[in-house]
Amino acid sequence: MRLPILTGAAVLGLAAFASGPAIAADALTVVSWGGAFTKSQLEAYHKPYTAKHGTKIQSEDYNGGLAEVRAQVETGKITWDVVDVEVSEGVRGCDEGLFEPIDTSSLLPAPDGTPAVDDFIPGSVIECAVATIVWSTVFAYDADVMTGAKPTTLKDFFDVKKFPGKRGLRKTPVVNMEWALIADGVARDDVYDVLSTKAGQDRAFKKLDSIKDHVLWWEAGAQPPQMLADGEVLMTSAYNGRIFNAQATENKNFNIVWDNQLFAFDYYAIVKGTKRKDEALRYLQFATATEQLAAQASWISYGPTRKSSAGMVGKHAISGVDMKPHMPTDPKNFKTALLNNSDFWADNQDELNERFNAWLAK
Amino acid sequence: MALPPYVGPAGRAWHYSFLIFCGLVFLFLIAPILVIIPLSFNAEPYFTFTEGMLAFESDAYSTRWYADIVNNPQWVFSAGNSVIVAVFATLIATVLGTVAALGLSQAHLPYKPAVMGLLISPMIVPLIISAAGMFFFYSKIGLAQTMPGLILAHAVLGTPFVVITVTATLVGFDHSLTRASENLGAGPTRTFFKIQMPLILPGVVSGGLFAFITSFDEVVVVFFLAGFEQRTIPRQMWAGIREQISPTILAVATILVCISIALLTTVELLRRRSERLRGMSPG
Amino acid sequence: MTVDAGTALSGPILAADGTPLKVSLRKAQRVRKLRAFALVLPLLAFVLITFILPIVDMLLRSVDNPVVARNLPITLNVLKDWDGTGTPDETAYAAIAKELVEARENKEMGKVATRLNFETSGMRSLIGKSVRKIRRLKEGPYKEALIKIDKRWANTEIWSTIKRIGAPYTHVQYLAALDMKTQPDGSVGMQPEDRQIYGQIFMRTLWISLLVTGFCLLLAYPVSYLLATLPLRYSNLLMVMVLLPFWTSLLVRTTSWIVLLQRNGVVNDLLVWVGIVGEDGRIQMIYNQTGTLVAMTQILLPFMILPLYSVMKTISPSYMRAARSLGAKPATAFVRVYMPQTAAGVGAGCLLVFILSIGYYITPALVGGQSGTMISNFIAYHMKSSLNWSLAAALGTILLAAVLVLYWLYNKIVGIDNMKLG
Repeated sequence: MRLPILTGAAVLGLAAFASGPAIAADALTVVSWGGAFTKSQLEAYHKPYTAKHGTKIQSEDYNGGLAEVRAQVETGKITWDVVDVEVSEGVRGCDEGLFEPIDTSSLLPAPDGTPAVDDFIPGSVIECAVATIVWSTVFAYDADVMTGAKPTTLKDFFDVKKFPGKRGLRKTPVVNMEWALIADGVARDDVYDVLSTKAGQDRAFKKLDSIKDHVLWWEAGAQPPQMLADGEVLMTSAYNGRIFNAQATENKNFNIVWDNQLFAFDYYAIVKGTKRKDEALRYLQFATATEQLAAQASWISYGPTRKSSAGMVGKHAISGVDMKPHMPTDPKNFKTALLNNSDFWADNQDELNERFNAWLAK
Repeated sequence: MALPPYVGPAGRAWHYSFLIFCGLVFLFLIAPILVIIPLSFNAEPYFTFTEGMLAFESDAYSTRWYADIVNNPQWVFSAGNSVIVAVFATLIATVLGTVAALGLSQAHLPYKPAVMGLLISPMIVPLIISAAGMFFFYSKIGLAQTMPGLILAHAVLGTPFVVITVTATLVGFDHSLTRASENLGAGPTRTFFKIQMPLILPGVVSGGLFAFITSFDEVVVVFFLAGFEQRTIPRQMWAGIREQISPTILAVATILVCISIALLTTVELLRRRSERLRGMSPG
Repeated sequence: MTVDAGTALSGPILAADGTPLKVSLRKAQRVRKLRAFALVLPLLAFVLITFILPIVDMLLRSVDNPVVARNLPITLNVLKDWDGTGTPDETAYAAIAKELVEARENKEMGKVATRLNFETSGMRSLIGKSVRKIRRLKEGPYKEALIKIDKRWANTEIWSTIKRIGAPYTHVQYLAALDMKTQPDGSVGMQPEDRQIYGQIFMRTLWISLLVTGFCLLLAYPVSYLLATLPLRYSNLLMVMVLLPFWTSLLVRTTSWIVLLQRNGVVNDLLVWVGIVGEDGRIQMIYNQTGTLVAMTQILLPFMILPLYSVMKTISPSYMRAARSLGAKPATAFVRVYMPQTAAGVGAGCLLVFILSIGYYITPALVGGQSGTMISNFIAYHMKSSLNWSLAAALGTILLAAVLVLYWLYNKIVGIDNMKLG
């Protein structure tokens, strides 16, 4: 009596295997940072792409770093097709043969005919990746909670006497070390020179030590607005678009402090060895076209990387808020901005990561 | 626990503080599990009791998070994966484990302690090490990020439970029954299925349930070994806790608690039945 | 079969078919042994292939070191003759220049740079920078050229690192796991102060596990005593409260602790409502060591209660009564008569909880913040983020060795066969 049941179960099981998982095997996998940012890409790129070309797009989330890509390329089992990466990963991934080189002539020209190479802002097209946005690390606070004096400069973030309370920082040396030096008095233009020396690094860690006990470390972009909403922190560093999203769609009264914002590009790269290379390339061309980049800017406050898109930036798709004042590149916000130096981090990230982790664990 | 009449006031004080302490410990054990059940019905996306909830206003409660689960293809997909992996892993673990337990319960087995040690090892080795080892090895042989690979990994993690429970059941097994059966002409297989199996069935099922719940709740191995398409419920919860912290997690947690209660009840009933069958406890 | 009284004592006893009984018995026993083994074989093979083999593979990986050996064979060959002082001669420089450029073509340069950088920081930037400039050089002499590109090429340390890391099998990772490294002069010493983490993490893991074991014992002892002495009806009911957490998913229990302990969580809200702390004085109970301790204690408590309970159940109450009747006060009787009898249960429970807690990963990862992370979190970090798989394997091996020693201890005291589950 038991045997028929077992064989029946086995047959069902094999059928389940054969039919495969619910997600189609020929979908394109695009990996990004999750939360509001992925949503903006979903609306501006994925949905129109599927409508136009029919290919389904599978969206996955991650928190940065090349580890997963390296693991996939090394084991030969590549499931990621297109990855949204930061600058230093874009450069290093290329050096290590993890990404496909991209021919700039294959990118779509602007509506007025300008070739892509001239339309993209300098720095947004590199050997193996094409940037879609200009984004920035800023810090924010809840204006409903901070009823008294409000922080206006980066030094206020590090001032736990004037503004007692917890701070949120991303669990990485990037940005934190630059901010530590700036708060310690180093001029913005000299930051990376100072940081290249051991004395400079020691100085940055010393400054971070002064607030270490007050810091809660976040890894996912969705965490800072959550930490502010929960009251876990008084101020936190964040990706500017995520704070904007909380303001626009969740009606949170968060304020961004743009002083010494660290801005950077964010790139799309194609994983080397993926079986869907042509499809990935077609997606890349589509997503980096003028209209799509402008559309993206209507969902989240990250600046488009093409000059032709800048003029098309309008209102937020849901709340109708005008996007321009919220862009990192808006003149009001951009006064004291610092560009993330990708060469510096490409060279020193490993070493500083190790030191940072040792420092964290103490 | 009635106190004898000769106990003085100090003794009484001790006794009651002892009971209060035990009560607090039980609260410590149970409260975390029970507290998330009402919170999963929170109408607001917060993790604490709102004032409306404490006043038991009906509009402070809602089932929106449960609706979230059903409407979210990610969760449904993960649930399906969880069930498939757990069922197949349990089947493999139960079959192999029962057969091995039969061999272990025989007195003639050579190298018994060594064999027992090896078979129990998946339970002893810290999960992170098992996960690391399996990740490296399965990647080499192409089983990483596949369903069969995950099923095999969970099966091997579940076998020690089956082995332990079935050997425990076999400890009290009266071998004269098998000898009688063989004496009457039945072959070993027939003896097994007709005589031994019904008697050890509670142990087998109990071990199988342990293996099932081990696979169903397992997240560390899944974290390393599974790709996006093999995501299970715990893996999805892990992502949710670290990133999209919303009470949907609490709703999923409540469902899992209910499943645990159901399984626990089953195991308890089985245990009592088995003890009754073997005359170890009054009916 | 007739037994002649005369022959019964002379010569071996024979079985019905004429063979000596001993032989026949041995044959029958061998068949039974084989049959028993055959029953165990499927699972044994399964566990060996899907579990033991991967772990052995991981152990091997901790000493496996192919990257540099594969990419710089000529350089390493030249370095074999180098005595380790000063700098090698022109042939080494020429070889490395050529091979690094080749590595870049093969897209292996990044791996080589990463591997060397783990050992001596700065080598990644040195190699990256050098390769970019070497490509423009047409021909030698390379020694001057390389030193001109970057002064570090004249450092002995750089070359001794390359020579050392060129060994295909190396114990380097174990040194790193113990916060040591090979100094430039070849001796083994400690890592620089700001790089030493693992010694501290191992200590912290042991400390947290000890604390958790202690707390569990403190909380479990009275409860087990209660369960063991109550009549069966009540104790079965109360047992449910012990078994339910045991059967509930680890993630669920950890999540519920997050909900309870966070700043705006249930416990803090309760404290504020009762008035013990002010609104600003909410206690930080999570994302630190406290969170790890509290959550792990609750999660591991059933593992302490169950062994204690099973031992206490076997203790007859007449011992206590006898002690009382001999004049002992209740406290004295308890300490001197009852407690020693529970020693086996205490030992079993403590060892079990300790073994489980040193390998914990999920709970410290979710509620430990920075000060509550344990060694498994670092193993996971090296596997997923830094991709230093050999270091992860080395750390894992050390952890495994510790667990196996403790388990051997457990076996000696309690015995594997006596492990019961619920």
